[in-house]
Amino acid sequence: MIEAHRLTKRFGFFTAIAEVSFRVDEGEIVGFLGPNGAGKSTTMRILGGVFPPTSGYARVAGHDVVLDSLRARQAIGYFPERIALYTDMTVREYLGYVADMKHVPAKQQKREIERVMDRCAVTHMAHRLIGTLSKGYRQRVGIAQALLGQPKVLILDEPTAGLDPEQVTEVRKLIRELRGHSTVILSTHILPEVEATCDRVLIINKGRLLAVDTPSNLNRRLRQLSQIHIEAQAPVVSLLEAVRQIDGVVRVEATHTDGNVVSVLVSTEPTKDLRSAIAERVVRQGWPLLEIRPVQLSLEEIFLELVHRRDQVPASQEVSP
Amino acid sequence: MKTTLTICKRELRSYFGSYIAYVLTALFLLLTGGFFYTWLRYFILFGGYVLPSGLWQQVFLDMRYCAMIVLPLVTMRLFAEEKKLGTIELLWTYPVRDVEVVLGKFLGAWLFYLFMLVPTVVGPLVFYAFYRFDLGPFLTGYLGVLLLGTAFIACGMFVSSLTENQVVSAMGTYGILITFWYITWNESVASVAVIEALLKISLFDRFLNFARGVVDTQDIVFFVLFVLYFLFLTLASLDARKWRGVGAAS
Repeated sequence: MIEAHRLTKRFGFFTAIAEVSFRVDEGEIVGFLGPNGAGKSTTMRILGGVFPPTSGYARVAGHDVVLDSLRARQAIGYFPERIALYTDMTVREYLGYVADMKHVPAKQQKREIERVMDRCAVTHMAHRLIGTLSKGYRQRVGIAQALLGQPKVLILDEPTAGLDPEQVTEVRKLIRELRGHSTVILSTHILPEVEATCDRVLIINKGRLLAVDTPSNLNRRLRQLSQIHIEAQAPVVSLLEAVRQIDGVVRVEATHTDGNVVSVLVSTEPTKDLRSAIAERVVRQGWPLLEIRPVQLSLEEIFLELVHRRDQVPASQEVSP
Repeated sequence: MKTTLTICKRELRSYFGSYIAYVLTALFLLLTGGFFYTWLRYFILFGGYVLPSGLWQQVFLDMRYCAMIVLPLVTMRLFAEEKKLGTIELLWTYPVRDVEVVLGKFLGAWLFYLFMLVPTVVGPLVFYAFYRFDLGPFLTGYLGVLLLGTAFIACGMFVSSLTENQVVSAMGTYGILITFWYITWNESVASVAVIEALLKISLFDRFLNFARGVVDTQDIVFFVLFVLYFLFLTLASLDARKWRGVGAAS
């Protein structure tokens, strides 16, 4: 239903995405995951027909987004990252305008507008000016305009950004309800969102596709690291050095110093519990150990960890004393 | 075609949904009305009996300044506002051609200009009730004002497509229009040939014939080409999103 082949987009000397290829099958809900600036929006804009790729090609519902742009755009519903609607129209008027733009036949417009308003729970706001609506309602109207015309493919760029938790749950529910009706590609930088809604996940960072997998597999792969927090009274550099020498320690990082009290975050291999080894090493040096506890990593942190390791950015391991 | 009308309708909604339409119309009518009254008084006192050169020429020559002052304020928002608000991104995802968008917005601004222009005939109509003047030169003058304004709108829309700042959009349009205005002023610094050439492309000099009650096909062709040229430039400018992107690139 969606096919991207070696998509590359450059803006001047800046490469927003490079050689991104993936497929989304009919009826699938796929999450596009990556930190801000990873190239999610660029990819989605290409799929949405906003601009063409520098090289590579993409097809939506069988239509090339550049060569057969109008038909490709007829097949999609698009929700932009920065949702902006005409504030001087009422919800109803706005959806009427969108229905015209999407060439929804005049006879079906009324029913179709009512359907999407009902779907997105904005019916009671139909005659309010969009400019007077809260962020949450504007977001819903934005989703309503995407759903209008029953497009085969929905491209939703961060549909839950900036919503309160209750609204986030509602939007996710809405997306899950689309399963079977539409093919959905949605972008997010929040992992639980992907877990909650998606069949498959594409992970992108710095314009490159890192992984394509199901959320459960991804979860397993990401949980390959554990962290221990320690606090001790010791000279920073010697403490970091001493802990780093312990077998199984991946990374050591001083997070906070207060006088001669140092907080250190130790990343270790997941299979080993190194708490006792660390405690022994610290105490043997004659440094008072004030605290030692395992840190529960959230999925986000693990994800970031993974993204940064892939970049091979040298993480700061030392702070000057 | 239907899409063009949809966009035109939305533009008109946007003009009349805010104060902007009424403020600009009031300004336009105040200026044109003031000039008409002044020149009518002048004509009655000193003008003699030759209406086309005595009255209409003066009235229509001043009307072009009114159009020059007001129209950039009409066109400044056409694309700049959508770029600023970000609504333009969604527009590009609908199954519509760029040219339909451009024509729709152009038509919207043009109809709004027509809306401003219609009440300006009230003064001359009252005058007509007292004095049955020859309608030919009068209507020719209006044709000229309409064509000139259409050219201004095309030019303003192009500048609006270049920026997301409405002030820059209006100022840029003033810049271009004022250049077209004084381009032929200083005969002493250029050779006759240059001045002749400049006269050919000067919007304001082209307008002079209409104000005098003379319709020349050349002049009409010039205005049509001028409009088409700026519509084309607008399309080209919108095409820039393809390599420049929209908004923040991420």
